[in-house]
Amino acid sequence: METTTPVDNGVNVEALLEAREALSDAPEAAQFQWRATCEWVSGTHSRSTVEGFFGLGEEHSHKSKFTFDADHPEVFASEDHGATPVELVLAALASCLTAGVASVAQMRDIQLRSVTATLEGGMNIQGILGADNDVRNGFDGIKVTYDIDADATPDDIRAVVAQSQKRSAVYDVITNPTNVSVEVN
Amino acid sequence: MHTTSVVIGAGHAGLAMSRCLSDRAIDHVVLERGDVANSWKTERWDSLRLLTPNWQSRLPGFGYEGEDPDGFRNMAETIAFIERYAKVISAPVETRTTVTSVRSVDGGYEVTTDRGAWSARTVVIASGACNLPNVPALADLVPAEIATLAALEYRNPDQLDEGGVMVVGASATGTQMAAEVQRSGRPVTLSVGEHVRVPRIYRGLDIKWWMDRCGVLDEHYTEYDNLERVRNLPSPQLAGSDDRRTVDLNSLTDIGVKLIGRLAGINDGNAQFSGSLQNQCVLSDLKMNRLLDRIDEWATENGLDETVESPHRFEPTRFETSPPLGLSLASGKIRTIIWATGFRPDYSWLDVPVLDRKGRIRHDGGVAEAPGLYLMGIPFLRRRKSSLIDGAGDDARDLSAHLASFLDGPSRS
Repeated sequence: METTTPVDNGVNVEALLEAREALSDAPEAAQFQWRATCEWVSGTHSRSTVEGFFGLGEEHSHKSKFTFDADHPEVFASEDHGATPVELVLAALASCLTAGVASVAQMRDIQLRSVTATLEGGMNIQGILGADNDVRNGFDGIKVTYDIDADATPDDIRAVVAQSQKRSAVYDVITNPTNVSVEVN
Repeated sequence: MHTTSVVIGAGHAGLAMSRCLSDRAIDHVVLERGDVANSWKTERWDSLRLLTPNWQSRLPGFGYEGEDPDGFRNMAETIAFIERYAKVISAPVETRTTVTSVRSVDGGYEVTTDRGAWSARTVVIASGACNLPNVPALADLVPAEIATLAALEYRNPDQLDEGGVMVVGASATGTQMAAEVQRSGRPVTLSVGEHVRVPRIYRGLDIKWWMDRCGVLDEHYTEYDNLERVRNLPSPQLAGSDDRRTVDLNSLTDIGVKLIGRLAGINDGNAQFSGSLQNQCVLSDLKMNRLLDRIDEWATENGLDETVESPHRFEPTRFETSPPLGLSLASGKIRTIIWATGFRPDYSWLDVPVLDRKGRIRHDGGVAEAPGLYLMGIPFLRRRKSSLIDGAGDDARDLSAHLASFLDGPSRS
């Protein structure tokens, strides 16, 4: 399809490329720290807040404070005040990959018209219930399906999605082990 | 001793540079820690053959004259080839001369060796890209009862215990070792991260012929916006053999090798693998198909479609959708781990402040960030083919020209 309007997925690729250039010579500035706090509300309901983070050598704040309610549904005998934490994990994975799809498409001069990700995470709850020690608590697998309408061949679109996985933080967090330390003050 | 240029290393890269310096009547010496082609003699596994066809090892003033241009040299033939080149070009090689330090002095460099010191206005580092194994830090966590060896230490399957072997890394090295070890009767698990899949033969012709002819191998380093990425790509899954077989992941699955994700951690004696195997396979299939698309376009533009086989695509890489994410290293299933996780150069003797934070020489296409210091024989130094014997010629021609104008000084350049 012939198009004369420049590709615009709303991603500032120049800024990202400049950042890569600048940060390869200043590895300490590339060190970020992401934070969240979480307050118990009642029952299995809790509310997490994100606001500040550290990066580029200094403290930053989001434009506003964001909160996320999490709970469990009524089939878990809970009151369902919010998404279950594992659904938030799916949402985080989808958002991370989708941000990557937009960025990579912009980098490759591919105009996106619509991008929809559908996620399914299988889980055997015998794990979290402690009913079977051979069953893990977490997902037994996650399936992500993309429907993308864009000015590109099916293989070019697949390549954008593949590259997005290669550069995704949440995909890495989920597919690779991470040391977690939990302490009590 | 004084000379105009000291070349460090008498492999194909250093010798190509020597020939170009001789052509320009630039006085020089080639210092070699062992014999000519030393790394090829002492740091390669027994069955290794070049992954480029015989015709493709073209060096300045030297090429293949035998009767099997499409064959692949074994190590003895490769060594003989490089030794013959050194003789034909009368390279001024000082063998058994190990460089212990290179430092900047007024008017150039002082090169100290175990057989005396040289001073020179220029130095060309051609000491190789694969001196040291790039073994990941988590290797320290492997339980003591498991034997580990780096690809540089591997010679043949006989040196391994009976029992299972995990090969970590799916480059040319990792895939060739996985195939050989599996065929020796030791079941192989291959840990697969980022890898580059290419077929040996496409449309009836060697992939290296296509890549050479359609200009892929001549791609210049200035054409890439992310040199860091391309300079660190794993070597393509290729092998040289009489039957010209492909050594991709499907061929390994066919002989019983088990594919598993990238080794991501070792915790309490349990190996943990990344859940990214599917994406790694999809990425390299897509990348291979882009290369084949490019070849097809070039073939059409150049009127080859009538004379060679029709375009086709290879079976996508087969992988388990839910491969194991963990493996107990205490279970006895794995007796040996081979680290085919890449190599890095050794610059421990280089006392010129040109190393980046990862210990690599900062350079622009082989022109190091210190006046009169040059680098040869590094992947993507100046072109995609810089990692091949065949790439040394053009790099040496360019860099010897730069070196000559440096010697002439700014007033005359």
